[in-house]
Amino acid sequence: MSTDVDANAFPPAATDGLVMGKDGMAALVDVLIGRGFTVIGPTVRDSAIVLAELRSADELPYGWGVELEAGRYRLRERSDGAAFANAAGPQSWKSFLHPARVREWSADRVEGELVLTADQAAPSRYAFLGVRPCDLRAIAIQDRVLTGGAYRDPVYAGRRSGALLIAVECTEPGATCFCVSMGTGPAAGPGYDLVMTEVVDEDGHRFWIRGGSQEGAEILAELPGRPADPETRETARAGVTAAADRMGRTMPEADLRELMAGTLDAPRWDDVAGRCLTCGNCTMVCPTCFCTTTEDVTDLTGDHAERWRLWDSCFDLDFSHLHGGPVRASSRSRYRQWMTHKLGTWHDQFGSSGCVGCGRCIVWCPVGIDITEEAAALHDWTRSGASDDGAAS
Amino acid sequence: MSTVVPPLPYRVAGTRAETADTRSIELAPVGRELPSFAPGQFAMIYAFGVGEVPISASALRGRHGGLVHTVRAVGAVSTALYRMRPGDTVGLSGPYGTGWDLDAAVGHDVLVIAGGIGLAPLRPVVQAVLDRPAAYGRLAVLVGARTPADLVYRDEIESWRDPARVEVTVDRPGPGWHGAVGVVTTLLDRLDLRPERTCAFVCGPEVMMRHTARALLARGLASQRVQVSLERNMHCATGHCGHCQLGPLLLCRDGPVVGYDRVAQLLLVREL
Repeated sequence: MSTDVDANAFPPAATDGLVMGKDGMAALVDVLIGRGFTVIGPTVRDSAIVLAELRSADELPYGWGVELEAGRYRLRERSDGAAFANAAGPQSWKSFLHPARVREWSADRVEGELVLTADQAAPSRYAFLGVRPCDLRAIAIQDRVLTGGAYRDPVYAGRRSGALLIAVECTEPGATCFCVSMGTGPAAGPGYDLVMTEVVDEDGHRFWIRGGSQEGAEILAELPGRPADPETRETARAGVTAAADRMGRTMPEADLRELMAGTLDAPRWDDVAGRCLTCGNCTMVCPTCFCTTTEDVTDLTGDHAERWRLWDSCFDLDFSHLHGGPVRASSRSRYRQWMTHKLGTWHDQFGSSGCVGCGRCIVWCPVGIDITEEAAALHDWTRSGASDDGAAS
Repeated sequence: MSTVVPPLPYRVAGTRAETADTRSIELAPVGRELPSFAPGQFAMIYAFGVGEVPISASALRGRHGGLVHTVRAVGAVSTALYRMRPGDTVGLSGPYGTGWDLDAAVGHDVLVIAGGIGLAPLRPVVQAVLDRPAAYGRLAVLVGARTPADLVYRDEIESWRDPARVEVTVDRPGPGWHGAVGVVTTLLDRLDLRPERTCAFVCGPEVMMRHTARALLARGLASQRVQVSLERNMHCATGHCGHCQLGPLLLCRDGPVVGYDRVAQLLLVREL
């Protein structure tokens, strides 16, 4: 769906959609490939559910679930054969929309003149199959960060404008999930072209699929399936509702933006700094973290140079480097920057929270630092009255 | 569509040594020209194969008609720019960021306070006021530097003395220095300040700006009448790389020039 299109222009519930089996899922991937899309979806690789190009629906993680905890990710087999009964894996869609490494332009010295040439990359047209509601929101957040201001990031915009989003509602949240706290799931919000809910029960393994855009509706019309029956719809909705009650984590009941702004001097930052390795894993797996650095390289002739853009992390000591040293030298200040930005100042900069509650930062932290636990500790500190003693900053 | 627009080639039209490690370079377009800069706005300047740095314009129109930037050799890129000679070519993009709000100063006394090379982004302010004397009240320029040898634009500063009030101080005097010694805020006492009708423009090291702003507030200036130009690491200048955050602000987008009222609290938080 184009970022220029009002996500609400096509009513998501315009039709009751179809109910289809695994054959329908196979047809969906074939239809997408037939329409020229590069289909990206979840698949099992290297003991994890990763996002990769799919040649057929057989590559979906049928029968695989995940066990998640702080600092821990394990695959486990599921007897029900479900494809989407697993929470977020280590990657997010930003790997495709906001790639980790992009050449922006080249510079050549030609007879004493500097010739600067734009990189002419023609991005694939992606179909993202299996976008979780939290990740759907994450894409909307990156849309705003990278294309919503005075400057549009042309790399992101070029990849995003042609992307087709096929959401899957969540029925199996992980122990590290807290999308309910962030208001992003487990039901899918706006912005998808198609949305599916997976149902496995005594009546069989099936997908309830609905359109959310004109293009989604056209694709829907090409799929084998039957008109959605009330029983399947009801079972699907009940599965999503039940998922909301099975979130593994919650954020404290507080205005997180105010909490972050009011606790910049809290002793908890020293506590978390004692555990944080400043490795930056949380920023790499976060579906909204967008920071980049630039790298200028030359070839051996010395007459050809290139400008590359790479993912960067606010945990890197060089991230805040100024002549004279880094602004944020301590790990305390760097963890605080990440968390207060994510939950607090993101509102000031981009009009929403930067956190979608996917839990990836908790899972992939090598020491198991849990953003919900840190927020709760800060909240407890403010409520204990300790913050009244010299916390004014 | 998915193309990042590269910088435009600009040729070094002239250079001028300012101090032992600081040089002004005047740039003229080789072909297409960037939109015009406002005082306080900055450019990203690319040194071939080395990298790119944000630098505020120190004059909007130099003696060759080009855009002037004053560069202090502190890192790899700034050193490469410092070494540029007439005829060399750089890549230039911009203008970026907020400029000094000179409209807010119309009808007011203008107080320019600079520390070290912080005078560079303020020089276009002085020039703008000198160009339209009827639009503003009295002009005062206070300059502080570590040593007399670190003073930039020395001749030009002297030329401002009429009609402006100009005061210069150094932290460490050397032989032959007969001027003031001490931090720049000590010069404030020499002025007949009219706080209710003064707009202050401040640029220098962050600690200097903080102390200067506080001193101005103590003398009755409203904090929104004090503008400062802040510095953070910047890679993109378009609000996308995330490096230049200061709490809620992205300084390439919301700055570099901001009202002190917006940053007074932020500047008190260590390592923000």
